[in-house]
Amino acid sequence: MTTTSDWPQETVVREVRPAPDRYRNALGKYRIDRSAACASCGRCVEVCSYGVHVKPAGYAFTLRPQDHLCVGPECAATAESCVAQCPQHALTMRRNPSAECMGDPRWSSDLILANWRQAATGHAAPPHLESRQGASGGGFDSMRFKFEVPGLEEPVAAPTAAEIDTSLDLNHRNDGRPQAHIDIPVYGGGMSFGSVSIHTILAKARAAVAWNSFTCTGEGGYPDRLRPYDDHVITQVATGLFGVREDTIQRVRIVEFKYAQGAKPGLGGHLLGDKNTPAVARMREAVAGNALFSPFPFHSVYSVEDHKKHLDWIKEVNPTCLVSVKVSTPTDVDMVAVGSYYAGAHIIHLDGSYGGTGAAPDIAKKNIAMPIEFAIPKVHKFLVAEGIREKITLIASGGIRTAFDVLKAIALGADGVVIGTAELVALGCVRCASCESGRGCPRGIASTDPELIQQMSVEWATQRLINMQNAWREQMVEVLARLGMSSIRELRGRSDVLCYLSEEPAAEVA
Amino acid sequence: MPDRYHIHTVPTPPRFRRIGKFGNVDWREDCSRCTNCVKLRCLYDVYRHEAAYNRDPLAPLETSDECKACLSCVQGCTKGLLSVSVNPEFLDLGDEYWKPDILLTTWNQSDAGKIPVSGAGYRGRFHGPGFDSIWTDMSEIVRPTRDGIHGREYISTSVDIGPKPLRLRFTPDGAMLTEPSRLLEIQLPAILDIPAWQVEGAGGELAKARAAAARELKTLAVMPAAEATPDPFVVPLVGADDIARSHEILKAVRMAQVEDCPEVAELAGQVLAVNPQVILSVRMPLGPAAAGRILELARAGIRVFHLCTDLHGRERLENGRPGRHIKDALREVHGRLVKEGIRDEVTLIVSGGIALAEHMAKAIICGADLVAVDTALLVALGCRVCRHARGTGASCNPCPAEIGSASTEYATQRIVNLMGAWHSQLIEVLGAMGIREVRRLRGEVGRAMFLEDIAREAFGDLCRVSRDRVNA
Repeated sequence: MTTTSDWPQETVVREVRPAPDRYRNALGKYRIDRSAACASCGRCVEVCSYGVHVKPAGYAFTLRPQDHLCVGPECAATAESCVAQCPQHALTMRRNPSAECMGDPRWSSDLILANWRQAATGHAAPPHLESRQGASGGGFDSMRFKFEVPGLEEPVAAPTAAEIDTSLDLNHRNDGRPQAHIDIPVYGGGMSFGSVSIHTILAKARAAVAWNSFTCTGEGGYPDRLRPYDDHVITQVATGLFGVREDTIQRVRIVEFKYAQGAKPGLGGHLLGDKNTPAVARMREAVAGNALFSPFPFHSVYSVEDHKKHLDWIKEVNPTCLVSVKVSTPTDVDMVAVGSYYAGAHIIHLDGSYGGTGAAPDIAKKNIAMPIEFAIPKVHKFLVAEGIREKITLIASGGIRTAFDVLKAIALGADGVVIGTAELVALGCVRCASCESGRGCPRGIASTDPELIQQMSVEWATQRLINMQNAWREQMVEVLARLGMSSIRELRGRSDVLCYLSEEPAAEVA
Repeated sequence: MPDRYHIHTVPTPPRFRRIGKFGNVDWREDCSRCTNCVKLRCLYDVYRHEAAYNRDPLAPLETSDECKACLSCVQGCTKGLLSVSVNPEFLDLGDEYWKPDILLTTWNQSDAGKIPVSGAGYRGRFHGPGFDSIWTDMSEIVRPTRDGIHGREYISTSVDIGPKPLRLRFTPDGAMLTEPSRLLEIQLPAILDIPAWQVEGAGGELAKARAAAARELKTLAVMPAAEATPDPFVVPLVGADDIARSHEILKAVRMAQVEDCPEVAELAGQVLAVNPQVILSVRMPLGPAAAGRILELARAGIRVFHLCTDLHGRERLENGRPGRHIKDALREVHGRLVKEGIRDEVTLIVSGGIALAEHMAKAIICGADLVAVDTALLVALGCRVCRHARGTGASCNPCPAEIGSASTEYATQRIVNLMGAWHSQLIEVLGAMGIREVRRLRGEVGRAMFLEDIAREAFGDLCRVSRDRVNA
């Protein structure tokens, strides 16, 4: 790997280690209540194989139930469950109302809990938590691999897991610029200093080092604390040009132009005044406390020719970097992609309209531009028809929540994906949607408040992200094996392995 | 350059505590009084505000939807005693169209007059019926029009109501034969309509508030002739019996409305006899026969049509059952008028089911020149679209939000705030699309994406399987 950084680079070990919930009370789907009738006989400790009931040696009382480990009705229905076996009838099991407060149709409570389990253990979540898709009733949530549907497809002879390759090259132009190789088909999305805490930024970077992948600065400048990870950082040139300098462009391997963001297409970045602390303002060369609205679009780019000039400028400043172009998903996104290819981009990054954001008008999040599920096949097919599909890397983002979303996006035609919200969820985000104002995130992830960010250490956060990525990779390898493929690259554009769930049984066409 | 159109919003808190979305419902025994939840964990001071209210219901009003369900208290409680839950009363608000979240955002917009901004991505269902199966387009790089809503370029939201001749006709010696057109320009593509049902004790005050809000918003307020005043911002809805006693009003207003009926041409003639300058509009249900009826009336000289749908934006069919949504029905009407070559000569106003700012933009994309807002104005005043209201036309007695007791000033400002927030959102959408004025959005389906089309293009080649087979 060629490094362009003049800063000593740190390494991070890719190793799965337990990283339990950072709160005192981990949250589970079910809740076990123990009434005062409990005689601390320890029967529940004996019968529960999931570790819900604990009575350490020498303790007179049983500890408060570790009910986040409870698998629920599946176990409670059996005669061997703690509820059935308790001689005092002191135990009851029910859905945890607090867990039901989390999430929404796109990120269901189950998806969040499953993600947390993956981030805590580094491996698949238990089956009582849905970890594959949400409940939004469309897009990825209405797609299944054919092998997931009973009776639709016979199994294929599977290669063993060790043979399966999930890595990806990002430079397909053969233009003499260096290759950027990532070990997983996933890298981290742009989150600016200001929108998220420095701990979040550093953890993302360190996890990217561990997985030989990338993270992205977003448009809020390039904090010096990121320098030890320069080789795995993508720096963004966005319409606000906050903190963009020649030397920040020269130190990285990939530079990303952000034309638009999926959550607020056509609007430009928003950072509300409360989150613009003195440190953030210094980085952005702005006045603290003022809301910062990035303009839209780039005022220097009004045509594909201007766009090429823009890319040439970056390529001139950094002769060894790759250039990624991040665009949103309008009707003519396929034309935009082709234009970007001819302008010289190595990566075209489509950000779908249901993507994450630190702050965006609600009307934009829901209504403007198309969800990524529609854009990927549209662009993929068009690039194929134009005969340039093999010369550009197509990256999808905006609503990639799970390993299955990654796989479905690739099957629809993307080379790889960018994730954002999934990483924040791994760090403990409950998607309460309060990132934008005041002191920001109450859980200290998307906050710039010096007190709130102390709720999470960089070490813990790094481990959570490494773990989540490992769990995802295991799931990807399992699916690829199931499909008889030995590389993630074989899956690209193989929409024939997918099926779409239809509401009308009569419409079925096998 | 004339003054830019600007809506003066003023924060106006609600009059009553609202039904919050989340609440602490379960506090198990054995609290150690460490007060971490109150002092350390809760960023929003929810517990302190709750306590203040419990001591004194007349304490300064804090909305009780402050809990964001961040679960910091639940997860941080020293003894794990706390639970937060979704308030079932919240989930019970409204109905399947006027969803609780729509009511909540409308209340918030009416409080603050600001465009709702939040963190995290879109949280709802992937798509839905009606307006939820349309996405508006945006421009990537090639359509420069603006510098953010905070920027310099002006995006116009004004629309014209009235006959627009397609060409001018002259005598051989150059004198103009065409009568000068009488266009009524309003600054917002939304007029304030009569509520779909009667609210107890809220007749006159509510009408006054609508008229005052229309004046502030530089738009129009429709009201029954009995409640109308001689005010250029009022649009009286007059019946055959009203015309004779409404001369004073008809002379003062710029637009009047009559219900569609077999004698509608005659009624129109009577109104125009009182005030030849008034723009006359015909109010009729949107339905399968609407396009034909519009063509017929247009030939008789009527140029402005107010098409009404039900509470959920659906056609009202002859048999009283709901029909298609505005999205489909209005596109058909618009297309038919385009084909007949008279679309630019008539103005279409659509009402019913316009619940959010996005519905205004999407109805215009589907072919309306402007919309009329009805139920959303009641929601601005605290209406919960509760069971009383769901039966069409029934009287809300008693109104749980006590809308009848709201003062005119309060009601006016809440309506102005809501429309101010809608206006800002319309500008966001127009800006993203690269459109400088809302007039150009009418029928502009090329600037929208319809679920049927993009799903076919994207997933048409995928094998289809019945949802039942995966138990999803």
